[in-house]
Amino acid sequence: MGKAETESLIGKRIPKMDAPDKASGKTRYIDDVNVPGQLIGRILRSSRVHARIKSIDTAAARALPGVHAVLTAADVPDQRAIGVSKDNLPFKGDVVRSLRDEIAAVAAETEEVAAAALKLIRVEYEDLPLLTDPLEALKPGATLIHPEREPVALKHPEALRPWYDPDNCQTGNIAMSFDYTQGDVARGEAESDAVVEDSFRLHYVTHCCMGVSGVIADFQSNGNLLLYSNTQVPFLHRREFAEVLGIDPGRIRIIQPPIGGGFGSKLDIYPFEPIAVFLARAARRPVKLIFTREEEFIASPTRQPVLIRLRSGVKKDGTLTFRSVTTLHDNGAYTSWGATTPFVMMQTFSSLYRVPHCDYHTVAVYTNNPYAGSFRGYGNLQATFAVEQHMDRLAEAIGMAPLALRLANAQNPGEVTPQGMHFKTCGLKECLSTVAERSGFEAKFRANRDNQRMPGTLKRGIGMASMLHVGGGAKIYPSDGCGTILKLDDFAHVTLITGASEIGQGSETVLSQLVCEELGLPMSSITVVNNDTDITPWDVGVHASRTTFIAGNSAIGAAKKAREKIFAAAAKKFDLPAEAFALRGGLLVRADTGETLIDLAKFLRSMHFSEKAELVMTSFYYEPPSHHQDKEFKGDVSAAYAWATQACEIELDTTSGMVKLLKVTGAHDVGRVLNRLGIEGQIEGGIVMGQGYALTEDLMVKDGRIRNPGFRDYKLVTAPEIPEMDISFIETMDGEGPQGAKGVGEAPAICMAAAVANAIANATGVRITELPFTPENVYRALAAARAQAGQRAA
Amino acid sequence: MPLDQEIEFTLNGGPRRVAVNPEMSALTMLRETLGLTGTKYGCGEGECGACTVLLDGRPVNACLLFAVDCDGRELVTIEGLASDPVAGRVQQAFVEYGAVQCGFCTPGFVMQAKTLVERHLGADRNAIARGIEGNLCRCTGYRKIIDAIASVASAK
Repeated sequence: MGKAETESLIGKRIPKMDAPDKASGKTRYIDDVNVPGQLIGRILRSSRVHARIKSIDTAAARALPGVHAVLTAADVPDQRAIGVSKDNLPFKGDVVRSLRDEIAAVAAETEEVAAAALKLIRVEYEDLPLLTDPLEALKPGATLIHPEREPVALKHPEALRPWYDPDNCQTGNIAMSFDYTQGDVARGEAESDAVVEDSFRLHYVTHCCMGVSGVIADFQSNGNLLLYSNTQVPFLHRREFAEVLGIDPGRIRIIQPPIGGGFGSKLDIYPFEPIAVFLARAARRPVKLIFTREEEFIASPTRQPVLIRLRSGVKKDGTLTFRSVTTLHDNGAYTSWGATTPFVMMQTFSSLYRVPHCDYHTVAVYTNNPYAGSFRGYGNLQATFAVEQHMDRLAEAIGMAPLALRLANAQNPGEVTPQGMHFKTCGLKECLSTVAERSGFEAKFRANRDNQRMPGTLKRGIGMASMLHVGGGAKIYPSDGCGTILKLDDFAHVTLITGASEIGQGSETVLSQLVCEELGLPMSSITVVNNDTDITPWDVGVHASRTTFIAGNSAIGAAKKAREKIFAAAAKKFDLPAEAFALRGGLLVRADTGETLIDLAKFLRSMHFSEKAELVMTSFYYEPPSHHQDKEFKGDVSAAYAWATQACEIELDTTSGMVKLLKVTGAHDVGRVLNRLGIEGQIEGGIVMGQGYALTEDLMVKDGRIRNPGFRDYKLVTAPEIPEMDISFIETMDGEGPQGAKGVGEAPAICMAAAVANAIANATGVRITELPFTPENVYRALAAARAQAGQRAA
Repeated sequence: MPLDQEIEFTLNGGPRRVAVNPEMSALTMLRETLGLTGTKYGCGEGECGACTVLLDGRPVNACLLFAVDCDGRELVTIEGLASDPVAGRVQQAFVEYGAVQCGFCTPGFVMQAKTLVERHLGADRNAIARGIEGNLCRCTGYRKIIDAIASVASAK
């Protein structure tokens, strides 16, 4: 037999299995699905940011021909609050707290009739005081945005000290708080030779999935609910929908059509989803509800805007001494996953580099702004932006090179951090040195710095940043499991039924690769079923870069069971021990000589016909046992951790403030490359998403209103703007990872803004601590620095 | 509601007669009246390119085109490229070079790319990047899309 057939699939460039249908327009996303008899649902949102609803008149809308249901809070007395803190009723009946708030909804024969009906609904408001700045919402006497909620008890009121006297401020608007302490920061500070302190301000951006949000709710005649949903977490949502609707979760089936982009946005349940269900229940017809792009901008979650106060210290020899952090998060009007991002941010503060003493206090504050959800990187872009700028500041303070300071404090494999994170594999030092070498970092850094004061308005800069992120699942739920069902038919065709959802990231391809690798079969011999809760086994969803690791291990488990069954049957037939066999190129062979014994398809047929074989395998993978995080957040959150370093090279025009990203040199500790094409795609896409966060994207929220709800004014990076990318993979072969791999989905977006900030400082000598680096913001920062320098000189 | 108007045009190589509302976009006509869902709604204001179709051989945003303005003209959608050899090469390259992730923007990119390689054979990467500037992709970072188009543009 040919050699090619025996080659491993691992590390190869394997095209995505769903790509041919997607490239030919055959793939049916949720907006392409139509259910017979469906009505079109539309939502009336508030026109005020914070107001009491005095009255809602729906009579004219109800009377419009073609309208089948008009609902408000009064029509759904059984509705229950949704979201992370259960503070968000799908229909708002008494008070609206943000511009996206849902007041009424209609189901009608057509889009046109539904839109016309919305215009006929009259709402009378009485304005309430507007709170659109978290600092205002904390002022003594500030209006309570959720007066119905019990105030959060602050364990460390000192968290508020950078901004307010904790004894004299409005703590009733605090939505959530986190506190973390390791060691003794005061001692760390006393041991420091240099201390730096800065405030960082991070802005609003949003996911901008190319496919807008949508849902189809269809009650079956037995009362069961069939939901076509874009969710990233079907099993958790089934339970959440059941709670909202007050029905048995077993009566809800979720089918996920292919998703037009996720990036974390579909991790929570949003009001439009139960509203579509309420409409379907009232109209007794299926209801399809799809957003417009404007609605997507207004009523989707955002990345969490944060104020960060960071104080860090270092000894002359380059040893980090302490890090003291407080963050203030604008929670928006309701609580989604964005409020919990400190959980991830603290890992970067405490453990990206070795820091003996660290404390971190944080509050998320209700405002009348849009609310923040989970978004690729989950707080880590913000935390890394602050920490990695401080690494450069500390290096400068003690006259050390930025690379040397990072290498001196980088984590090593085997280390257990004071937070209790156990780094079984860690390629941070290799990432740092690879990037430094491939980008020519040190020479460029020195040359650019020397060039700062030279004439000329075009400046070059290079900056680096590293990151640490979960890479082996994330134990944010009590379990982090995923199930697999594998069936093998007579033709050696495999059906992989997995709990893991495909959201464009390529999970079905990489899971298929892992199964085919175990069974010695080509990729053409596998089909994946992954989108129906009535069929697929349980899984906690697509988040935290967990799918390859958790679902991959689960799939391998099922494939190994299949192999064992085949070898056991072969042992009987060929009178050899089970260890004597191997599966290669669709054949059963002798492991030692490679001699072909039988075509696998033929052997499977004989197993079915004469052995009564049960060639259906099931397996579940749960995270390996570890010291789970305790209430002080000490312990492991993941079975493995991913590492990366990226260097950004920029050209900055000091006359316009325009920053052009020229090149990104990245090195990623990914454990092992499984699908080279897929992993490159994840990293390139993440780099460009991080570029947008740093340079172009800015969801402008003024007085609670989004000023740029469209792609004309919300500037995504386009093809001519992408940088040259040089990406290296550091393969640390994680012992628990599937074939040694770790998760990578979020990692590439995390370092970018921090690295660009350091590059701007390298180009100009000016450190900018607020995003985004749009020409106007950069120009203003440079002008302010010039003015300050002028004052000092005078 | 305005009365429907009957129009006649060539759709994916065959004659088509359809009654449309004068306010209707070509995108709505394709997706909802004719059931051709390969052309995607991404923004409705000509900014994302997900609804790119060919009108008399030129790529246009179907969301900005009135359906009635298709009368007497030739319209080609992604479904109409099934037997187009250049488009077939472009689609194959998109698959092989990893230019597809969530895939929502892909049909629009394929329409744009097919025109690009037909008109500018030998286009370099910079020209290709400018040629697809009107199409947004949130997943791939564009590099693999440019790789895919360049592989077709440089062939022969």
